[in-house]
Amino acid sequence: MSLPSLPDQAARAVELGLTAGEYARIFERLGREPNDVELAMFSLMWSEHCGYKHSRKLLRALPTEGSRVVLGPGENAGAVDVGGGRAVAFKVESHNHPSAVEPFQGAATGVGGILRDVFAVGARPIAVLDSLRFGEPTSERSRYLFDGAVAGIGHYGNSIGVPTVGGEVYFEAPYEANCLINAMCVGLATQERLIRSAAAGPGNVLVLLGASTGRDGIGGASVLASAELGEADQAKRPSVQIGDPFAESELLECCLDLLERDLLVALQDLGAAGLTSGASEMAEKGGVGVDLDVARVPLREPGMAPWEIMISESQERMLGVVAPDQLDAVLAVCERWQVRATAIGGVTDSDRLRVLDDGAVVADLPVPTLVDCPLYDLEPAAPTAPLYPAPARTLDDDDPGAALVALLGSPNLASRCPVFEQYDPIVQSRTVRRPAQADAAVLVLDPAAGDGPAIAVAIDGNGRRVACAPREGAAEAVYECAANLAATGAEPLGLTNCLNFGNPEKPHVAWQLEQAVGGLADACRALGVPVVGGNVSLYNESPDGPIYPSPIVGMVGELAQASRAGRLDFHRAGDAIALVGAFRPSLAGSELAKLRGAPLAPIPAPDPAAIRAAHAAVRDAVRHGRVRGAHDVAEGGLAVALAESALAGGLGADVDLPALGDRDTTLFGEALGAAFLVSGDEAELAQIPGAMVIGRVGGEGLRIAVGGDLVVDRGLEELGAAHGDGVARLFS
Amino acid sequence: MRFGVVRFPGSCDERDALLAADRVGEADFLWHADPDLHGVDAVIVPGGFSYGDYLRVGAIARFAPVMASVLAFARDGGPVLGICNGFQVLCEAGLLPGALLPNTSLRFVCRQVEVEVVNPDTAFTRACARGDRLSIPVKHTTGRFYSPGPLDERQVVLRYAPGQNPNGSQDDIAGVSNAAGNVLGLMPHPEHAVDPLTGSADGLKLFESVAIEPAVPA
Repeated sequence: MSLPSLPDQAARAVELGLTAGEYARIFERLGREPNDVELAMFSLMWSEHCGYKHSRKLLRALPTEGSRVVLGPGENAGAVDVGGGRAVAFKVESHNHPSAVEPFQGAATGVGGILRDVFAVGARPIAVLDSLRFGEPTSERSRYLFDGAVAGIGHYGNSIGVPTVGGEVYFEAPYEANCLINAMCVGLATQERLIRSAAAGPGNVLVLLGASTGRDGIGGASVLASAELGEADQAKRPSVQIGDPFAESELLECCLDLLERDLLVALQDLGAAGLTSGASEMAEKGGVGVDLDVARVPLREPGMAPWEIMISESQERMLGVVAPDQLDAVLAVCERWQVRATAIGGVTDSDRLRVLDDGAVVADLPVPTLVDCPLYDLEPAAPTAPLYPAPARTLDDDDPGAALVALLGSPNLASRCPVFEQYDPIVQSRTVRRPAQADAAVLVLDPAAGDGPAIAVAIDGNGRRVACAPREGAAEAVYECAANLAATGAEPLGLTNCLNFGNPEKPHVAWQLEQAVGGLADACRALGVPVVGGNVSLYNESPDGPIYPSPIVGMVGELAQASRAGRLDFHRAGDAIALVGAFRPSLAGSELAKLRGAPLAPIPAPDPAAIRAAHAAVRDAVRHGRVRGAHDVAEGGLAVALAESALAGGLGADVDLPALGDRDTTLFGEALGAAFLVSGDEAELAQIPGAMVIGRVGGEGLRIAVGGDLVVDRGLEELGAAHGDGVARLFS
Repeated sequence: MRFGVVRFPGSCDERDALLAADRVGEADFLWHADPDLHGVDAVIVPGGFSYGDYLRVGAIARFAPVMASVLAFARDGGPVLGICNGFQVLCEAGLLPGALLPNTSLRFVCRQVEVEVVNPDTAFTRACARGDRLSIPVKHTTGRFYSPGPLDERQVVLRYAPGQNPNGSQDDIAGVSNAAGNVLGLMPHPEHAVDPLTGSADGLKLFESVAIEPAVPA
């Protein structure tokens, strides 16, 4: 493989994804033409994926400060203080375009990459969650991508011994050509063992750890992740990385062992743009220079050119900085874990990244120039016509019971158990609430000690509602995620996000992005939750148009006592059921509106003060053991939330809802993150601020009246069959 | 009672096994490259993976230096528990009858299942009564037990409760022992059922069985 022969470097730069203007800037800053190796490095570092050139200015709007923040944005992963000298590190990242080309390896390496981000800061990964988006499952391609992605996530996570504890999946037509695979990893560390990625100490040695370097993933960040998908994507398969969870497992244990022995000065994951990005980021953060010799890099295949070695995205590699007198000790630890470790260069007291090939300089760039990717202002413009067609109508029946059955069996709301069963949620012995037992996963921090402090984790984001109203929809994603934590009794500590959008150079996509970031910032401020890290994935677009704007929010919260964690099921016949929260549902952007083929319509603005109060009320009730069940009212509205709690507990319910609008709005209207269903002793529920008793648990069916008129009366068996089959049939 | 938990490259349920064994005795890791069993009273070959299992599961682990010592320990009557991948390794090593094939679904499955104790007369089930139902999770892709020839009934120690066979195992078999009853292999993960906080404590009985009445190697 060689660079295409083109008349001059300017044309070559454009071929590699840079603009003519960017090339001119490189030329001016260097005062000369970059050579082939340097140009390849610039093309990666100045890609959207590595340089955040269309989003970095906007991201400054997000609040990042908080008393519990230990590591903020800019490190491999953010981290929050969870007490007892411990920190929880976490981050969500996308692997969308590789997965659209090859779903199994794309999703698997998405998991592998985010795990490395977390152990790169010295934290042991303790949980993985995923957020997946595909086209409608009526499409064979969507089913293929879904099946492959789930298998890939399971393959990597199950093999490496990190539990996959949660996640979500939605099916919507705008993701048909451009699926989304976002993976979040949560890790646990002692605070004194957290390590940063800044290289330090001229004279220190640069050690490459892990797998050998091959031609896989060459140009992945620029070729796949920073441009729209088109017709010829099959030819990009070689740009997709191949994952090896066994190699990563050894690498993980080795890195944590090295940190435990205090043998590393700095550690960096090699992900997008490989050595180029890893070495330049370490140098930039440390204000130092780096020399590295590609001839020392262990290769998977002979004859690789220096530029290929510098930008290869081969998986399961890390870059460490080691003091010279500790190199032998490092190599000995690596040998015990059967992890390849090679000194490939060193830290210098210059500001230059120099690439050598057996001693001969083949690239020599000032680090500040290499990392100084131009930042662009967006040119947002609100669209004047609808951007997305109305969803296809799939429900004609006006009967509310039939609508409930249809909703429970619809791909977006059906039971996720057929997915979760393909993942291991229990390895590491800390999973107190598994998927489908509660709105968030709950993990006890010290399994050996038994009951005690725990964290709750969840991931959320409903792109269709963001498409309806980007600012309100994005804010709602934060509220919904926080509501999931509240239902388990957890208080949010920090947030990570992945912004999945279309082409930001298009004014209406720029508008979606700007509005959505504003909405995230609004909601984070309202709840007092800092953003500790995240990722941006743009150009999620095909010739048919952009995906739904999809900000994905992952959150970590704390609970004092794991055994008190809430569950979503109805637990005891005779328990009272209460609605908590100022619930003002609307059918705009709802799942029912989708099934009825209604055009996207603006969703109402959330009420932050009311939401905060509802979360606090439910969180306190759960923590004090006042409720036996707590479940947030999300997609599908009250009727679906009641059915979910009933099916989870195998107990029916008889409720009479106050009219919150017309019949269908009351039953199926949505306002995500705003309200909860709780169940327990009526006297206990009466202690919860804002709780209104609406019925009782019991029987073998779900009977729902609105304002005294019975409108839904269906057996659990019928509801369970629909709920159980909606996703299961996609795997057959 | 001192348990040794074998650690292969790429093991992933070894800490869980250590925590579980720690509840009934002392537990330490045994390193795959070290043939010394350090005088432990019982050996656990844990679940998860070994050497990536890119070849047939367990096929490489059986050649690890520690395994020769585990084999000798087992032949001398020492109690050995193989969980999931450990079960597969012990079958590969010839300590247990039969083999584990890919699940009929050809997919990984993780599920809480009930297993029935059909033989309480082994080193790892003597704290149980015949017919006891234990709630223990399974999680595997290659867990379908198969025996080409008839098995001695006494070697069938655990069965999935009726209707709960998650993988298509022959005769619902979830765990088998060697003829002497000192080696047990099972696909369910008893180390993930040792605390009601995380789901169930039924699996603890297997660890208690060997701890309450230490088997002395003959």
